[in-house]
Amino acid sequence: MNRYPGTPLFLERRSYRFRRMMDAVRLLPFIVLAFWMVPLLWPVHETATAETVPMSHALRYIFGAWLAAVILCFVLWRRTSSQIEQENKG
Amino acid sequence: MVSLNQLIAVCLLYVIGLFAVAFAAERAAVRGHGDWLLRSPLVYTLSLSIYCTAWTFYGAVGYAARSGLEFVTIYLGPSIVMIGWWWILRRLVRIGRSHRVTSVADLISSRYGKSNLLAILVTTMAVIGVTPYIALQLQSVTLSLSIFASAETGAAPGADPINSAQAAFWVAVGLTLFTVLFGTRNLNVNERHHGVVIAIAVEAVVKLLALLAVGIFVVWGLAGGIDEAMAQIDRSPMGHWQVEGGRWVALTLLAAAAFICLPRMFQVLVVENDDERHLQIASWAFPLYLMLMSLFVVPIAVVGLDLLPEGSNPDLFVLSLPLSQGQSNLAMFAFLGGFSSATSMVIVATLALSTMVSNHIVMPIWLAYGQNTVQQSGDVRHVVILSRRLSILLIISLGYFYYRLSGGGGALAAIGTISFGGVAQFLPALLGGIFWRGATRIGAVTGLCVGFALWIFTMLLPSFGAGAALSAATFEQGLFGIVWLRPEALFGVRGLDPTVHAVIWSLSLNTLSFILASLFSFPSPMERLQGAQFVNIFDHSSPARGWTASVAASEDLMIMAQRILGAPEAQAFFRAQARLQEKSEGLPEPTPRFVQALERELAASVGAATAHAMVSQLVGGASVSVQDLLAVADESAQMLEYSSQLEIKSRALTDTAAKLRRANEKLTQLSHQKDSFLSQISHELRTPMTSIRSFSEILRDAKGLNPEEKTRYASIIHSETIRLTRLLDDLLDLSVLENGEVTLNQQSGTLQELLDRAITTASAAATRAIVIDRNRSTENIQLETDLDRLVQVFINLITNAQKYCGAEQPELKIRTRLINGCVEVDLIDNGTGIEPESRDLIFEKFSRVPGQGGEGAGLGLAICREIITRLQGTIGYMPDTPGTGFRITLPQTHSVQERKTKTLIDQA
Repeated sequence: MNRYPGTPLFLERRSYRFRRMMDAVRLLPFIVLAFWMVPLLWPVHETATAETVPMSHALRYIFGAWLAAVILCFVLWRRTSSQIEQENKG
Repeated sequence: MVSLNQLIAVCLLYVIGLFAVAFAAERAAVRGHGDWLLRSPLVYTLSLSIYCTAWTFYGAVGYAARSGLEFVTIYLGPSIVMIGWWWILRRLVRIGRSHRVTSVADLISSRYGKSNLLAILVTTMAVIGVTPYIALQLQSVTLSLSIFASAETGAAPGADPINSAQAAFWVAVGLTLFTVLFGTRNLNVNERHHGVVIAIAVEAVVKLLALLAVGIFVVWGLAGGIDEAMAQIDRSPMGHWQVEGGRWVALTLLAAAAFICLPRMFQVLVVENDDERHLQIASWAFPLYLMLMSLFVVPIAVVGLDLLPEGSNPDLFVLSLPLSQGQSNLAMFAFLGGFSSATSMVIVATLALSTMVSNHIVMPIWLAYGQNTVQQSGDVRHVVILSRRLSILLIISLGYFYYRLSGGGGALAAIGTISFGGVAQFLPALLGGIFWRGATRIGAVTGLCVGFALWIFTMLLPSFGAGAALSAATFEQGLFGIVWLRPEALFGVRGLDPTVHAVIWSLSLNTLSFILASLFSFPSPMERLQGAQFVNIFDHSSPARGWTASVAASEDLMIMAQRILGAPEAQAFFRAQARLQEKSEGLPEPTPRFVQALERELAASVGAATAHAMVSQLVGGASVSVQDLLAVADESAQMLEYSSQLEIKSRALTDTAAKLRRANEKLTQLSHQKDSFLSQISHELRTPMTSIRSFSEILRDAKGLNPEEKTRYASIIHSETIRLTRLLDDLLDLSVLENGEVTLNQQSGTLQELLDRAITTASAAATRAIVIDRNRSTENIQLETDLDRLVQVFINLITNAQKYCGAEQPELKIRTRLINGCVEVDLIDNGTGIEPESRDLIFEKFSRVPGQGGEGAGLGLAICREIITRLQGTIGYMPDTPGTGFRITLPQTHSVQERKTKTLIDQA
């Protein structure tokens, strides 16, 4: 992430977008982790069943977050893969 | 209803099919066909699915039936790691590719200075940690077989309707055969095992489809749709969120750590990766796979709990549910899925472990006991391959014996978690190694030992139950009766879940001791070198210099390389290296770069530490230049030295430049003077010439000139000629003086006589009388010098006074004195003096004081100065006298020498 001497301070639009997409790639795992740690906030009652989160909701939430993460990851791959390929060649 | 024999027949057919697929893939790879498939990201992603073992296939449902949604943490951890590929996996893959890493033990040992101790440590831990896991796979296969058998015979659940030991044995034999056949075909582990990879890809598809098929059957076939299934889930005993927060976090962390550290995962993630771009594709594809694998786990568990009789093993719901519903084909498909999960895991895990055992334990021992064997001829490859095959046998038998000894008890999930806990201990050393340059070998060893000891004490041994490995007393009162050392309540911290407790204590103390030992130890040069390369892998992937191979002959290296790589491969490698060195024929020079490349090539076959040891046998035992590299690594010292050198150089340059500038100025000045001298001379010569020419033309051409006019013109010509002659005389005189060619004659006389002579001579030629004011009493000074020349100077000065003194009654005052053997003569007239701006120039050639008229050429004073300088005296203008005054100072006695060296330029 170091800026090497000689790289310009401002970038053209395409490179700019690519850098922001790479920022998103780096950030995504932390966001996904935050979502998956949400269940820590859910109440756990061994006996009183009224307040606890029903299993169907929990399933929908966890798998929903999972699917969203996969889709986001897929989108980011589509938007960065060509540039990464170029960088590898260059 | 399928019979057991039918099942075994299908199973055998499936295995034969796998062998055929693997064989075809190997054939295709050899011919160079099918790269689009063998090297595709799809196959890479599918090969990652060996993460999902029988523990997943069967165990997840059992896990869910026991603890609800907690099972999902085992998949969330790896998903996070894959989604965050950019942070860790990208580095690992790059390091693995550029350092030709063969296993997780190789990576850790290579990072910490190619330490064999660390390699052995990590290998041992991996074997201990993974053996229960292999046993678990064997157990799951036999369990699933027994389900079919009991369904067939109607035996009670839990009984052993088949000979489990025998079944497990045959499964183990089959797995060994497959792994040996397809896993040890080539020595270079970096070359992909195409047969194995394609087989596990097929198995990955089979197990996913099998689980999905069972899931779809359960949700739509048994529960009646998604909504009904959801309702049924909410009604079931596990209908509410009841996961403990601590376990949720700890297990996610544990699964993430294990995903990176498990030898088999490392094998497929890093070692078998042949395109870094596949990693990003897998970053969404693999979480998708994991999600699909766990999608139907909860419904299957709920419906199983609902439909199957009390006491059924929830670990086998995937099989028993379709069987109980009479779906024998589906059950058989599910069985194949489970079988696939188990076998693919065992194959890759065994492959990874056998590489580690053979490279880090067997080969070093073989090298140590066979002195200088490396130099002998003969193929070493069969030794390596044999040791790898024996290692495979050893590991699978270890798993088998563990299975026999543990008696197949314990829930699948528990064994899996314990195994994860063991390999997760590699994480601090691994991550520290790739992110922190300060991590040292001692730190890594300390951390690994502490973490592993804690894992054994808090996780592995208690898992056998109280009274088995650890006595009940130890559980109650702690080790050696120390209350703080209770395996499930270390340091008196009680009330924690045993798994959370073990994970927290082992990983945190592991990390802490790793960091502390690293902070307080000093790495060896090799460690620092490797550390810099691993941590800055993206800055400079170029290999570092390591060997000064002057002693290593290329022939020896060639012999060794042939024995390990095989003759054609080694020859091709040496040819390529020779071409790099731009040698058209012969062996390459053993340059450090070449030896480094060779070591890496060997490392791909036998591991970094062994390759290093082998090369060092030939190269002379030590990588000498590493010591030098230490100095190189001392960047600040180097920079300082460099900058001080620069400073010195720049100072020298500045000095030289100043000298040059001065010389240049002098030359310019000289050239200027020469120009002005020439132009002056020509001007001085031209003026009389012009008048001589004009008047002689008048005399020649004009008619009717009267005699007076003729006489007048002729006398003008005459006087101009005289002037010209005088000028030339003066010039000659000056030039002789300046060139030092003048001969001075030593004479003696008094100053008085000299002045008398000078005044007499000057007055004779004078047109105008001047009063001379002398003090004769002081003039009686004896002089020994060239008196004629000195008289010339006096005459010149007196004549000047006669000519140019502006006063009405011109008067010249001559004062003489003798001070310390030096004679001073002042000649001062009562004229107007010389303007300050002209005073500097009066001694220069051709300089005439403006406004004074006169006919002189301006050479008189220049000649005077030259003479006085020759006589080792000075002549100067006296600025603070009323008229024009000159002071001559010269030694009373002058030893006359000829001095010829002075040139015009020198003087200037």
